[in-house]
Amino acid sequence: MEAGRTNDLPYIKRTKDGRINIKSGNKIDLVVKWTLIILSILTVMAFFFFNYIGLQWDRAIPETAHNLRVMFLEPALNHFSWGEAFYQVGITVGLGVLATVIGAVIALFLALMAAENLSRPWISKSIRAVVAVIRAVPTVLWVLIFAIAAGLGSEAAVLGMLFHSTAYLVKAFSEAFEEVDAGILEALRATGANWWHVVTHGVLPSTFTYILSWVFLRFEINFGVAVAMGAAAGAGGIGFELFMASGFYFDLREVGFITYAILIIAVVLEIISTQLKNRYFPASTNN
Amino acid sequence: MTLLQVKGLGKSYNSETQVLKNVDFEVNAGEFVSIIGPSGAGKSTLLRCINRMVEINEGKVIFDNADVGSLKKKELRKLRTNIGMVFQHYNLVPRLTVIENVLHGRFGYKTTMQGIMGRFTEEEKEHAFMLLKKLGIEDHAYKRCDQLSGGQQQRVGICRALIQEPKLVLCDEPIASLDPNSSKVIMDHLKSITTDMGITCLVNLHQVEVAQDYSDRIIGLRKGEIVFDGPSKLLHEDQINHIYGTELRELITV
Amino acid sequence: MNEKKMRKSRMQTVVFLLIIIIVTYLSAAITEFNFLDGLATIPKALGWMAGNLLITAETLERLPAIMEKLLETIFMSIAATTIAAILSIFLGLMGSKTTKVNNIFSIFARLIASISRNIPVVAWSLILLISFGQNSVTGFLALFVGTLGFLTRAFIESIDEASQDAVEALQATGATYFQIVNKAVIPQSLPQMLSWILFMIETNIRSATLVGILTGTGIGYTFDLYYKSLNYNAVALVTITIVIAVLIIDSISNRIRRVIL
Repeated sequence: MEAGRTNDLPYIKRTKDGRINIKSGNKIDLVVKWTLIILSILTVMAFFFFNYIGLQWDRAIPETAHNLRVMFLEPALNHFSWGEAFYQVGITVGLGVLATVIGAVIALFLALMAAENLSRPWISKSIRAVVAVIRAVPTVLWVLIFAIAAGLGSEAAVLGMLFHSTAYLVKAFSEAFEEVDAGILEALRATGANWWHVVTHGVLPSTFTYILSWVFLRFEINFGVAVAMGAAAGAGGIGFELFMASGFYFDLREVGFITYAILIIAVVLEIISTQLKNRYFPASTNN
Repeated sequence: MTLLQVKGLGKSYNSETQVLKNVDFEVNAGEFVSIIGPSGAGKSTLLRCINRMVEINEGKVIFDNADVGSLKKKELRKLRTNIGMVFQHYNLVPRLTVIENVLHGRFGYKTTMQGIMGRFTEEEKEHAFMLLKKLGIEDHAYKRCDQLSGGQQQRVGICRALIQEPKLVLCDEPIASLDPNSSKVIMDHLKSITTDMGITCLVNLHQVEVAQDYSDRIIGLRKGEIVFDGPSKLLHEDQINHIYGTELRELITV
Repeated sequence: MNEKKMRKSRMQTVVFLLIIIIVTYLSAAITEFNFLDGLATIPKALGWMAGNLLITAETLERLPAIMEKLLETIFMSIAATTIAAILSIFLGLMGSKTTKVNNIFSIFARLIASISRNIPVVAWSLILLISFGQNSVTGFLALFVGTLGFLTRAFIESIDEASQDAVEALQATGATYFQIVNKAVIPQSLPQMLSWILFMIETNIRSATLVGILTGTGIGYTFDLYYKSLNYNAVALVTITIVIAVLIIDSISNRIRRVIL
């Protein structure tokens, strides 16, 4: 500190040039700052890494605007009927339901083993590790790999989608199980109840509504996944029709119709799941 | 000198219930006034009408010769720099440091650009430290606010109000979330704002005894109407019962 | 809980489960899904995977080319996420209850978010592919649109929950809107927002594979090429590089999250 400053009090921190510091300079601020800086640098770098083959901005932007206008303002069905459209949407919803329900049943058992308060540490740790690896493989790859072994069909699609469904729900369920009041478990154990009794009479009843909400939230996601699998992995349903309409017939009106159909269902599912969330998860859940 | 005049103030959030009805009072510069009353009596709303955090429906609020209800946006900002506010839940930004939170009180004096750049002058910073010292929390200046106890956070809140160099400080239930010891510290500090710095204080309080101990004057509010207004020593059991409703009062004391 | 209430809640549970079973049965019927076939497929598929998804020395020679595509995909995901995040902050501020400017903007922001989120990324990819062609920009834009909707919703929640009290206090000091946003709202909700951004980068790398298959870009395209030419050893290698990349990014973001939240 330079001389002549009369008010140099021990609790005031100054920067090198003598100005008073008001930031604490703690670890959190530092990490946030550097994460943001690194992300910005990577973003700028990304644009040098892209390939721009065949891209004509001046043509692409007005054309996309025009296409979007046709899609959303003049939707129509040309290659199939309303009945067929309902049937295809039904298939997509059905795929979503199957992947969700079967996934939930499997996840229930795995989650009981993964919950730290109900299981041994090594079992819990290994299940979590497996779940992490499964989540890292994109769903579309699972579906495509199963399609080779099982042939194209709903079995391959559902089995492929099951992996992520299960992994997601194991994480959600086991966290819900871990939040069960330790007192309830202790009380049941004290009466001499075995593991199954504790689960069926203590854990499941007190987490039942959570489990149902999580299952529904996953169903919302799985509907979108089922659309994607139809388009990218030939799993059928409305997603496949979307792929055909845009990739084969170049029929923007039909693309528009299908997009509306998907949008409507997605919005309805979102409204229901938002209400479930507000009801059962007052604090927002990070996942 | 009259600092604040409230004339025929009325406020309702919806058509069914009137929160404030024809409220009339004046506050002189340098007074320490408590407003007491049961919850739901309209204390918070009354306070927020004075700096127009809620819009005024009927009547007038005149602060320092300005008609609060008719001010335009910019003038309202300027008015608010002259009125500090202290909240029940402190209303600090928990992730920021104590000193940053105190300096937030200077925004009203800055242009948007200065505020965004976060430029505070050295005088302002020194002033902030002086206030922290005055309230005895200078050692916590670089801590995050969420690491402080409730009483300490409230002192930060008071510093933020004082750095505005206000003529009036509005305190909305400043001790309702605090334990008795911290409450005493906070009330002593608020009292000293008026006695030492000459700043007028208008404090919403739940506890009648605290109001009687600290204030020059008490205003009793019941169902949106003033039912008592006078020096603290004139507030007797009868009036208290009238303000709170007898039954309720007994329930609390028993 | 009394006897009557308990019986009622048990009834509700039974009804719920019945509905789920019926819906599942209908779903199986409409999709022609056969549970037994499905069950039989699992060992078959696992056997096939063990036999065919092997990485050989010959496939390892393709690693540099694969890594380049993987890098392109990662960059695509990061760029799409960060740029969407910047826009989402504005939409989030417009949409949030505490910081909205007026109701019209708020509804507008929520509408944009809802449309971009609920139209699946597949649809965006296919629509954009028509005019933008087979290059990174198409993939980038498809991911960008989906991310925008998701992050806007997440940011609205973060802002709502973070700062109501502090906003009131700063309004009372006479601070302007931008000062309040910049000095109270953003500092308070930034860590939560950053956590969502990291989550979205990780999600986008997985989505980028899907988008890549549809639009012929990045690692998804590489996978598709090997898959269609029945080069399963290379398919395995591509899958493993994706898994490793996602796991690494996942662990980095978990570490960051642990410090900042």
